Amino acid sequence: MMQTTSTIPFSAQAETPWVLPHRGVVGIACLIIAESAIFLIFVVAYVYYIGKSLSGPLPAQVLELPILSTICLLSSSFTVHFAVSALRKNDQRGCTLGLAGTVLLGAIFLIMTGREWYHLIHDVGLTIRTNLFGTTFYSLVGLHATHVVIGLIMLTIALVLSLSGQVKETHAERLDVLSLYWHFVDAVWVVVFLVVYVLGR
Amino acid sequence: MAHAPVLEAIDQTQIRRRPPLDVLYEWVTTVDHKKLGLMYIGYALLFLVIAGFEAVLMRIQLAVPNNHFVSPQVFNRLFTMHGTTMIFFVAMPVMFGFGNYLVPLMIGARDMAFPRLNAFSFWISAFGGLLMYFSYLGGDGLYGMGSAPDVGWFAYAPLTAKVFSPGHSTDYWTLAVLLSGVGSTGTALNIVTTVLSMRCRGMKLSRLPLFVWLMMVASGIVFVAVSPLTAAQIMLILDRYLGAHFFDTQAGGSAVLWMHFFWIFGHPEVYILVLPAFGFVNEIIPVFSRKAVFGYPAMVAASVGIGFISLSVWAHHMFTVGMGAAGNTFFVFSTMVISVPTGIKIFNWLATLWGGKIIFKVPMMFCIAFLFQFLVAGLTGIMLSAAPFNWQLSASYFVVAHFHYVIVGAIITSLFGAFYYWYPKMTGRMMSETLGKWHFWLFIIGFHLTFDFMHVPGLLGMPRRIYTYEAGRGWEGWNLIVGIGALFQTAGTLIFVYNLVRSYYRGEVAGHDPWDAWTLEWATPSPPPSYNFAVEPTVRSGRPLWDLKHPEDLDENYE
Repeated sequence: MMQTTSTIPFSAQAETPWVLPHRGVVGIACLIIAESAIFLIFVVAYVYYIGKSLSGPLPAQVLELPILSTICLLSSSFTVHFAVSALRKNDQRGCTLGLAGTVLLGAIFLIMTGREWYHLIHDVGLTIRTNLFGTTFYSLVGLHATHVVIGLIMLTIALVLSLSGQVKETHAERLDVLSLYWHFVDAVWVVVFLVVYVLGR
Repeated sequence: MAHAPVLEAIDQTQIRRRPPLDVLYEWVTTVDHKKLGLMYIGYALLFLVIAGFEAVLMRIQLAVPNNHFVSPQVFNRLFTMHGTTMIFFVAMPVMFGFGNYLVPLMIGARDMAFPRLNAFSFWISAFGGLLMYFSYLGGDGLYGMGSAPDVGWFAYAPLTAKVFSPGHSTDYWTLAVLLSGVGSTGTALNIVTTVLSMRCRGMKLSRLPLFVWLMMVASGIVFVAVSPLTAAQIMLILDRYLGAHFFDTQAGGSAVLWMHFFWIFGHPEVYILVLPAFGFVNEIIPVFSRKAVFGYPAMVAASVGIGFISLSVWAHHMFTVGMGAAGNTFFVFSTMVISVPTGIKIFNWLATLWGGKIIFKVPMMFCIAFLFQFLVAGLTGIMLSAAPFNWQLSASYFVVAHFHYVIVGAIITSLFGAFYYWYPKMTGRMMSETLGKWHFWLFIIGFHLTFDFMHVPGLLGMPRRIYTYEAGRGWEGWNLIVGIGALFQTAGTLIFVYNLVRSYYRGEVAGHDPWDAWTLEWATPSPPPSYNFAVEPTVRSGRPLWDLKHPEDLDENYE
C-alpha cells in the first residue's frame, strides 16, 4: 500500500462559510414533484371522464360533501406544524401533543372516508367496475387515501418514539421532512376535494 | 493559494482479490455508489446482449421476403421485448449507472445523499428486468396463451385489455415497467439531492462539470415524465385486475388517453437518455481537444431549455390520431423549437474542437461519430415533426430508422466513448486501443449499413412491426443490407465485451489520471477507495485539476 502526497487540492486557510441545503428537504421536495405528477395524471383522467359514464349512478346522485373530514385533515396540518416548531424549541411535550393530535385527526379522516366508501359500495352499489365515475373516483380518492395511510404509519412511529422520549431537538430537521410530506398530502386533498366534490358534481 | 500535502487515499489497485462468496456478499449488501453504479452498468450490459440478440433474430427474419425463420407470434414478442428491454433495462440503468458512479466523484462527495435508497432503487429496477424475462416461463397463466409480452413497447389500448391479451404476459410487462419507474424515480431523486446538498467546498453550481449538470436536468425530467407512466401503469393494472374502465372503450373509456399518458412519458424519455449522453461528450471532447469547453453557460442554459421544451412535444407521436389543426400546429412548432437548444450544443462542441490539439484516441473517435450521427438524427427528426410529412411516414420504417439513429447513433455511440474514457477510473486498467479501434470501425460501419439504409424501405412504404413481406415491392435488397449491418454491429459489440473482460486482467495499469483530465474524479486513485477522497477536496474553479497542474495559469482568474 502506497502513501504519497495528495493530488487533491486542499487548503488549510479559513474560507467563507459553505452552506448547502439540507438533504432531507431537497429529497422530499423531489418526491413531492414526482408525486404531484402522478396525482396530476389521475386528476386529468378524472376531469376527462366527467360526464362520460355510460350508466349510473352519477356523482350528483350519490356524493355528499365531506365537510367534517376535510376540516379534520386540513387542521392536522396545523398540529403537525405545531409539533415541529415545538421540537425546534426543545419542547418535547408539545411535540408529542402535536403528533398525537395529527395522528388522531388523520385517523378520523380515514375512518370517515371508509364510512363513505362503505355507504357507496354497500348501499348504493357503486364499485370500481360499475362505470367510469366509479373507476376514476375510487382510484383518485384511493390513491390519496393510500398516501394518508403511509403518512399515518410514519407519524405513528414518530409518536411512539416521542412518547418514549427518544425524539430530541436534533431530530427537528427529520420531523420537518415528515411534516412537509403531510402538508403535501393535505394540499392534494384540496385539489381532490375541488375536482371530485365541487367540479365533478 | 497553498496546497498543503496530505495523506493520500490508500491505493487499492494491487490488493489481492478475495474469496468469491465474500465478494458476492459484499456486492449484494453494498450501499456504495461506485459498486451500485458498476452493478447498474453490468446489468445493463447483460440486457444489452439479450436485447441485441432479439434484434438480430428480427433482422434475420426480415432479411429476405416470405421468410419463416420465426412465427408471427414470436416476432411480436421479439419486438416488444427488444424495445422494452433496450429502453427500460439497458439505456436507463446504464445512464444511471454512470451517473451513480461519477456524480459524487465529480462534485467531491463521499457518497450519494441517500445510499440505502440508492441500493433499493437498483435492486427494484433489476428485479423489474428479471420479472419481465420471467414471463417466458410464467406468462402462459391459466389460459395457456402467450408467453412473453407481445403488445409492443408502447402497449396501446385496447390491445392491453384482458379480452385481447389473456394470460399474464401483459401483466409481466406492466409490472416490470412499473418497478423500473419506481427505481428510476428513486435514483433521480438521489442524484438531484446529491448535487444540491453534497458538493464539496467551492463547488458552486456554476463550476459543476457539465456531465453533472446534465444528469441533474435528466433527473428533473424523470420526476415529471416517468411518474405519468407509473400512474398510467397503475391504471392499467386496475383495468386488468379490478375491472376498472380507464382504457376500456366498451365502457366509454378512451384509448387515446393511454396514448397521451404514454407519450407524455415517451418523448421526454428520449431526453432522459440523450442528456447524459451529451454529458459524456461534454467531458470527453474538451479533454481530447486540450481546451476548456466552449460556452459553458450557454451549454447549461441549452440543457435546461431542452428539459423544459421536451415536456411539451409528446403529441408529435400522435399526428395520425386526428387531433385537429390547433393541436397539430402547436406540437409541430414546439417540436421544431427543440432543435434550437440542441443546435446550440452542436455549435459549442464544434467550437470546442476548433483550434484544439485533437487527440484521436478511441473515446474521442466515438464522440466525433456521435456529432455526425446526432446531427443526421436531428435532421430526420425535423422532417418527421412536420405533420403532413408525418402522416405519410408514421409507423413506417422511416420512423424506426430515425429513432434508432438517435438511440444507437447518438446515445449508444457516446456511451461506448464513455466506457473507454472512464473504464481506467473504474477498474484501474486501460482498455485496449487496438481492440477499441476494431470495435469502433466495425460498429460504425455496421451502424451506417443498418440505419442509413433502413430509411429507404420506410420511404418506399414498408410499415414497422410486420413479420414478413412479399417480394417485388422493392424492399428486399434494402432489408438484406440492413441485416448485414446488424451482423457488423454484433461483431463490434462482441469485440467490445471481450475488450472489457480482457482489459480487466491484462490491461495496462492506468494510474490516477491517464487522460490528463481536469475534473475531480481523476484526483483520486483508480479504482477509487470506498470513501472516494482521503480529504474532502476544495475547488476554486470549474477545472480543479488544471489549477493543480498549472499553478502559473489558474482557471479561477478567468471566472
